[in-house]
Order: sequence, then structure tokens, then C-alpha cells
Amino acid sequence: MPAERKAAAPSSVTFERGADSSLTVHLSGVWRMRHGLPTGDLLNRELMRTGEVRTGEIRRVVFEAGDLADWDSGLLVFVTRAIETCKARNLDTDISGLPAGVKRLIDLAEAVPENKEAETKADRRPFVERVGRATINYFDGLDEFVAFLGALAIAFGRLITGHARFRRVDLMIEIQDCGARAFGIVTLISFLVGVILAFMGAVQLQQFGASIYVADLVGIGMVRDMGAMMTAIIMAGRTGAAFAAQLGSMKVTQEIDALTTMGLAPMEFLVLPRVLALVLMMPLLCVYSDMLGILGGAAVGAGMLNISLGSYMRETFAAIELGGVFGGIFKATVYGAIIGTAGCLRGFQCGSSSSAVGDAATSAVVTGIVYVVVACGLFAVLFNILGL
Amino acid sequence: MSEIQSIQTARPRTESAEPDIVVRDLTMAYGDFVLMRNLNFVVKRSAVFIIMGGSGCGKSTLLRHLLGLKAPASGEILYGNLNFTHARPEAREQQLRRFGVLYQGGALWSSMTLAENIGLPLEEFTDLSGAEIREVASLKLSLVGLKGFEDYYPSQISGGMQKRAGLARAIALDPEILFFDEPSAGLDPISSRLLDELILEIRDSLGATIVVVTHELASIFAIGDDSIFLDADSHTAIAQGNPRELLEHSADPRVRRFLTRGAEGEPEAAQGGKAGK
Repeated sequence: MPAERKAAAPSSVTFERGADSSLTVHLSGVWRMRHGLPTGDLLNRELMRTGEVRTGEIRRVVFEAGDLADWDSGLLVFVTRAIETCKARNLDTDISGLPAGVKRLIDLAEAVPENKEAETKADRRPFVERVGRATINYFDGLDEFVAFLGALAIAFGRLITGHARFRRVDLMIEIQDCGARAFGIVTLISFLVGVILAFMGAVQLQQFGASIYVADLVGIGMVRDMGAMMTAIIMAGRTGAAFAAQLGSMKVTQEIDALTTMGLAPMEFLVLPRVLALVLMMPLLCVYSDMLGILGGAAVGAGMLNISLGSYMRETFAAIELGGVFGGIFKATVYGAIIGTAGCLRGFQCGSSSSAVGDAATSAVVTGIVYVVVACGLFAVLFNILGL
Repeated sequence: MSEIQSIQTARPRTESAEPDIVVRDLTMAYGDFVLMRNLNFVVKRSAVFIIMGGSGCGKSTLLRHLLGLKAPASGEILYGNLNFTHARPEAREQQLRRFGVLYQGGALWSSMTLAENIGLPLEEFTDLSGAEIREVASLKLSLVGLKGFEDYYPSQISGGMQKRAGLARAIALDPEILFFDEPSAGLDPISSRLLDELILEIRDSLGATIVVVTHELASIFAIGDDSIFLDADSHTAIAQGNPRELLEHSADPRVRRFLTRGAEGEPEAAQGGKAGK
């Protein structure tokens, strides 16, 4: 490309009418993209303005670049756009006046005609139709979810009959990862949730001198719902996302295909140990979370309300009943199954790019938390009916 | 010990021309979009069969159909006497164990070492002890020139080595049919030639049938006994046969153009690329 000339004029376009019903387009100055360019529509506007095309006064467009100082792809964009305009209006074009490099690049760009099939059309359907299609797609997704649950159930069936193929060591690694390694964050969050519950209760209960009932509030709250719920939300963000990202990237690198073609069912080999590990560890984490929450409440009781640790604990043990504890543990187990399934499902549905892996992880967390909250609501109604 | 023997030594297979894979009227589609229709071909036992064609014509998709990873829109695939497309899941799984597949990027399981990668199929499908499995894994690694890398993780070795390790895993169970997806993609010319030689060596020693998806001309002519040429525009196969013979005798300009790197065939299109030189 031509060497850059200093202090050259900026890019400009002028039009000149020739005798032989031609329009000459003079391109001059520096045509570089970073300096900004005249719009490619300029020729079209000029032709429209005068109306000379309709009357047949102009039949040919000639490009001249005598005063062109410097150019890059910006010039190319302008010229190709102008040529297209001419083609659309059945005008002849003459590009012999352009630099040799520009001519070569234009030839190259026109060598392969535009592929009309390849052009993805923007979705210009009416609003109602788009809503309808989105709804149908949503229910198609539901199909996939049910099919996944079915396959998982079959895999669990094979596990019970002892036919499932997976490595015991994988299960142990997953148990370590979603059990022992989750202790730190569960400790912190559960303790703080206990503290917050106690504070909220204390402000009200203090007003009529019933501070001791803070122990009841925290104990029952943690054991029945908050322990399981907080653990579930932590695990959805921590482990559910990890499952989706692991399986998603395994899908991208064809590792899942490699398992399938080896005759090892990914559902048994990858999903089973992960879901199983969560289902086994969630109840334990829930019990741990309950204890830490109560401890958090006790800390507030002792520090703010002048309740001794002994009387706080006595009050707590009097308040909570075994049914409530087991209810919480049962809920945690179900939440574990939901989070594990959502994580693995989103991992399996992952597309084949690195951004798809991120989407899968995000979607796993969202799906996991949504279904956990829905299940929590259902449990509340169900337990109420059963009088638990 | 007798089991180790049977795994290490080549399974004697009769060198006959009976077909191993038969594809009948196969149509491949993604939703409503038909990628290829009316594919009919036969892969003979112990042959090196090449699936070739331009980028995006459906070579890898055809491979996914052959492996049962994708269901045909219509038509069927037969392995020997087994109708793979309509077989029961157990029968399909049985057939899958006779396959070895080398995926484009190797597809080694990243959470396992090379020895564990190769050992996994042995662990699941044979009664070998841990020590014996390790021994077989070492042997397979030495066959692909990776002896001593048993305890490396896939991320610790280069792309070319990952591919060779993938090959070692593919031949772990001495497969009857080996599938290769773009074996030379991402390899330098010398490694790529060594891999071709390895493929021929495996064919000769194990008597395996080999199916290779590739657009690498050097490989196609070096190892191909038979081939099918897929054309993206006409959505079907436009040539079949020995690639060297296709080069000499094919009259189809699209095939000639492909096999000569665009030097021959379809003059107007070839000119377009050279205009202005």
C-alpha cells in the first residue's frame, strides 16, 4: 500500500458529469478507517438527488483516484458499496482508475458470490408468533429434562442391582469435594445466618421481655428450614456450577463421546457418582449447618441478651423436636438430588464452545436454586397438611 | 496370564474381502436441514477407508453416525450381521466394545493419567488385575512412542503427544474397527506421516478395519485403500473408490479439484481465486 504522506488532506468524494453520460467519482485524500470515512451511501444519494438515472442521463460510473494519498480497507468498503449501488441500478462501472491493490482486492471479494442460504435472517416474525415459538421451545426443553430424569432413575436402578459401571474412586473424590471441602463456607454462612436470625428476633422479643425465646426462634428456624435451605444455596453455587462446568467442558473436548463409544454410559460413569455424592453429603452438611446456626444464635444470646449458654441450650433443646430435625434432613437430601441433577443436566446440554460452558454453569445455578425454592414451598404446604 | 496373551498378540483375522461395515440409504439431518442423503457404501474388512470432502460437508457427522452418537434421519448401518441402527442397547454396547476411536483432540479424560486413561476400558471390560492393567497400558504407550509417560496428565503433554496417547487408548482393547477423526489435524508434517505409518502398522498387525475422516491429501494417497467423497453442494457422495485411482481416472471436476489442491477441474472457480495476480 502507498506510503503515508504527511499533512495530506482528509478523505473526500467529488462528483463530475462527463460528456458520454458518465458520472466520475473522484476519491482523494487519506482513506483510513481510523480517521473516519465518508458514508458508502454517498453515490446513491447523489444519484437520487438529481434523478439522472431515471432519465437515462447517466449510464456509467467511473472511479478516479488521482489524488488519493493513502488507503486501507475503508476505501474498499466505500467502493464495493458503490459498485453494489450501481449494479442495483443497472449502471456500468469502471474501476480502472483505482490503485492496483484496490482492484485486486475487489476482484477477490467478488470471486465467490454471496451465499444467500448462509445468511441467517433476523427474527422478524410477529410478536405473537415469537411468544408461541418460545413457549414450544420451552416445553421441548422440559421433554429433555424428563428424559434426563428417567435415564438417571434407570442408572440408579442399575446401581441398586449392582450393574452400574463407575469408578469407586470417582465417587470418593466427589464426596470429598462436596463434603469435606464445603465445610469452611458452610461454617461461615450458617453461623452468620444464626446470628442474623437471633438479632431479628431479639429486637422484637426484647420489647416484652421474652428474650429467651430467641433460642426457640433460631433453633426451630434453623432445624426446620434455614439449615437445609442455606446449605442448598451454597452447594448450588459451589458444586452445581462445578458439575455443569466439568461436564460441559468434557462435552466440548469430546471426552463424553469417548466414554460413550467405549461402551461406558456417561449417565452411570459421570452423573451417578456426582449426584450420589451430593445426596449423601447434603444431610450431613445440613446437620452441621443446624448446629452452627444454633451456635450463632447462642453467641448473640450470650453477648447481647445476657442469656447464659446453658440456659440458651436448654431452651433450644426443649424447643426443637426430632420430627423437625428429620424433616430438615429429608429436605436437604431432596435439595441435594435437585442440585446435582440440575448441574449434570446443564452440563450435558452444553453447546460446543467455551462461552457455552459458562452459560451451562450459570444456568445450573439458576435452575438449581429455582427448583430448591419451589421444593421448599411445596414442603411447607405438605408439612402443614401433615401437621409436622 | 492367558488373557494378557490374547490381548497383546494380534488376533488372527482372515484376510478376506467380506464387508465389515455396510451403509444403506443413509440420510443425515440436523432438524429440517438435510446434510447428506442417499449414502451407500461398503467398507471391506482390514481396509483403510477414507471419508473425504471439503470443510463442513458432513465428514465428522458421518463418523458420529457410524459410531452411533447420532441417529440417522433414515437408512441404516450394519456391522457384519448386526443392524447397528435398529439394534437393542445391549447389542449396540457389545458392538461399541469392538471399536476404537481417536477423536480430533485426543479426548483423553483430563482427570486421569495416561495409564489410567488406557487402563479404564481394561478395568471395566476385562478381569485383569491392577498390575496387569498397568503392564498393558505401558505396552500400548510404548507402541505409540510414549513409554515413560504413564503418570502424566493429558494437560502436561503436547497436542501431538495427546493424540498419540489417544491412539494408545483407542487400541487398548485390540479393536476390530478403528475410527480416526482428522488424525493429522494440528500435527506437523513429520508427526503426521509417523501417525499414518502407525495406522498402517496397526492395520497390518491387528488386522483391524480402519475408517479415517480426513481432508489431508498426503494421508489420503499414502494410506487409503478405498474412499468416499462427500460433496456439500449436492448433499451426497459424488465419488467412491481408491483415492489414487480417483486421481487418475475420475472425470468429475469437483473431485479432481479437491484431489489436486485446486490445480485442475472447475476452471472458472479456480480462475476466480487467481484473478488479478
